[in-house]
Amino acid sequence: MRIWDLHCHLSGVAGLTPEERLGSLIKYADRVGIERLCVYMGMKWAQDPSADDLGKQNDDVLRALEKHKDRAFGFVYLSAKHVERSLSELERCVTNGPMVGVKLWVAQRCNDPMIDPIIKRAAELKAVIFQHTWFKTTANYAGESTPDDLVALAKRFPEVPIICGHTGGTWELGIRAIREQKNLFADLAGSDPTWGITEMAVRELGADRIIYGSDSGGRSFASQLAKVHGAQISDADKQKIFCDNLRNMMLPILKAKGIQA
Amino acid sequence: MNRRLFLTQAAAVSAAPLLTAADKPSGLVDCNLHLGPHPTRALPEIDEAFLAKRDITEAWAGSFEALLHRDMGAVNERLVKRCAASSRLSAVGSVNPRLPAWQTDLRLCAEKHRMPMIRLYPNHHGYTVADDVFAQLLTEATKLKLRVQIVAQLEDQRTQSPLMQVPPVDLKPLAEAMKKVPESRVMVLNANASMITTALRGCTNVWLDIAMIEGVAGVENLLTSWPADKLCFGSHAPFFYWESAALKMQESVLTEDQQNGIRLGNARALLG
Ligand SMILES: [Zn+2]
Repeated sequence: MRIWDLHCHLSGVAGLTPEERLGSLIKYADRVGIERLCVYMGMKWAQDPSADDLGKQNDDVLRALEKHKDRAFGFVYLSAKHVERSLSELERCVTNGPMVGVKLWVAQRCNDPMIDPIIKRAAELKAVIFQHTWFKTTANYAGESTPDDLVALAKRFPEVPIICGHTGGTWELGIRAIREQKNLFADLAGSDPTWGITEMAVRELGADRIIYGSDSGGRSFASQLAKVHGAQISDADKQKIFCDNLRNMMLPILKAKGIQA
Repeated sequence: MNRRLFLTQAAAVSAAPLLTAADKPSGLVDCNLHLGPHPTRALPEIDEAFLAKRDITEAWAGSFEALLHRDMGAVNERLVKRCAASSRLSAVGSVNPRLPAWQTDLRLCAEKHRMPMIRLYPNHHGYTVADDVFAQLLTEATKLKLRVQIVAQLEDQRTQSPLMQVPPVDLKPLAEAMKKVPESRVMVLNANASMITTALRGCTNVWLDIAMIEGVAGVENLLTSWPADKLCFGSHAPFFYWESAALKMQESVLTEDQQNGIRLGNARALLG
């Protein structure tokens, strides 16, 4: 089975430099059969990063990619609170750099149209768009999107594929929330490997709308791979979830950049 | 990671018959399983087929019913009946020391059901490990030669039903409580790495399982600060996909001794 990991970070893993940390991630990924890692955000995280912070974190990822471009893809970290800087980071890291996707986290809820210029430009570049979401019983952060917020955004861009990070964490709710919004894809990463997430997602969304990711280094690859390896679904569906769906989404931008994968 | 181990784990995951019988490890104890109906999810049954497919030779199983039922005697009876379905299953009864006459449940676990251990859910049952009632229970259980499993948590608080929010157990007072019962043999299930490095720091006479050890190469990393003879294979299935624990053993590079201890030897030592 080919496995690409949609969701990795340079945190929670040993290494003094970005490239050392990515090297460690790759070492562990090799043990469990993962071919490629998508990586985003830098050595020191900020939930509500300043414009300069965004630049620094993206610098970290660029530096890590430089050393490991045969194994990793980079997503540029952006924030709707800094639209101008986000647009210039997009040009620097994606248009003129090696990155192929966009990561949006918890600075600003994505239902607010202030995010729209970022989505519009990312879509023009065919960059993969990833928005973190959670439905927390214990309450979301102020700027943390729910899958419902993401549906509101996706309705404004019905032709643009967007990934629903963590499938909302509380996946029974997240899957239901995004079910009818066909341009939304479910990221399986970063929640406990609770039985049934993948079976329900396949049943409700179809295997074509589900993407494996881990949220490593904070998570183990193991617990997240288990959601697919352990699911009672067909091997053909597992292959779509492990690699094919993400690869198909990425192929246009990979081709444009002349990247073979 | 050696090739054989990789194939062992790959076989567990895909259930493909990649190995000959001679290559198979001699045993695997899964010390963290549950049977019976879960309050919020329809989970697969842990039965002989489930265990055989994964080469689990001993399965220590508690009952999800123990979380909310008050007729604990009947819960433990049903658990024993369910476990009779497979010689691999070993029933781990529960005692709730907030119930009147809990001592009867405890005695039945030891004397009638001949269980080797009991499983406790302090936060589902409304007490802490600093409470007198826990000290009493630990004392009585130890007299009856029962080992005690303490379930630190069952589910991430962020995803729990709003009507049933149960925070993780505060394990900090455990070391003190165990000092008063030096013969006690305690295993904590579903502890995560931060509980182990903070609340359980220095409390290295308890056994742990790997079900909720997260982070890349989590098992390998834990063993830099936790004794290798006090860590056991536990999956938290069927609430978790069983493959999570199996793959954790593959993601970490472990010596053969560490492998054998986690898979089998350390759990046996808890019983011994
Ligand atoms: Zn993440």
